[in-house]
Amino acid sequence: MRELSSIFIAWFVVFLMRLLSAVGDSRSAYDHFLDWASSPLVVALNVLTLVFITLHAVTWFSLTPQAMAVQVRGRAVPGSVIIAAQYVGLAIVSAFIFWLVTR
Amino acid sequence: MTQAPAVRRPKRRILPLVWLTFSGGGVIAAVFLPVLVLLFGLAFPLGWISAPDYAHLHAVVTNWLTRLVLLGLFVPMLVHSAHRFRYTLYDGLQLKRKLLIAFLCYGAAMAGAFASLLVLLSMR
Repeated sequence: MRELSSIFIAWFVVFLMRLLSAVGDSRSAYDHFLDWASSPLVVALNVLTLVFITLHAVTWFSLTPQAMAVQVRGRAVPGSVIIAAQYVGLAIVSAFIFWLVTR
Repeated sequence: MTQAPAVRRPKRRILPLVWLTFSGGGVIAAVFLPVLVLLFGLAFPLGWISAPDYAHLHAVVTNWLTRLVLLGLFVPMLVHSAHRFRYTLYDGLQLKRKLLIAFLCYGAAMAGAFASLLVLLSMR
């Protein structure tokens, strides 16, 4: 199931490119983009995208300790610490982006 | 995410660069996308939060640092997506035309990377 997140990641990169292209173009293109983004089909797609991205984030974070052994001063860092660190990173990045676009 | 298990599976010659970009893209998608989908995919279009003012958003995204950062986010995510989709097709659907699938997946990622470069460069 989580493998399907790849499709939604690609979709949202395309979505963001459309946003950037609209913002780079003009104010009316931006308004037009927001209209398009609020159409039922796109909203439904983005609800699914949020579900799959969340699934991706949770599963990816929990797999990281197996893929990456971190050592500090010769001692292995416990997996729970690596996982927690990623959630802290997620929180900081989310807060920063929220601040950047809404201030 | 230090290295691919190349020793145990010598037959699967994943280019280390692809592997590195794949895992980097996975991390980026996990850390950056949830807030972006929530804000730009749902909250702004549906008016849960009033959408950012055009002038402000324009100033943010046309900044050259932002453009550079966005390129650095988009390209690994596209590679990640292509790489994962490729193995979804191999393993999930048991498809046999492996070379063709790999070509199409990475080709799409490269086309996407090129398109994002064009978009980021052409913003006025």
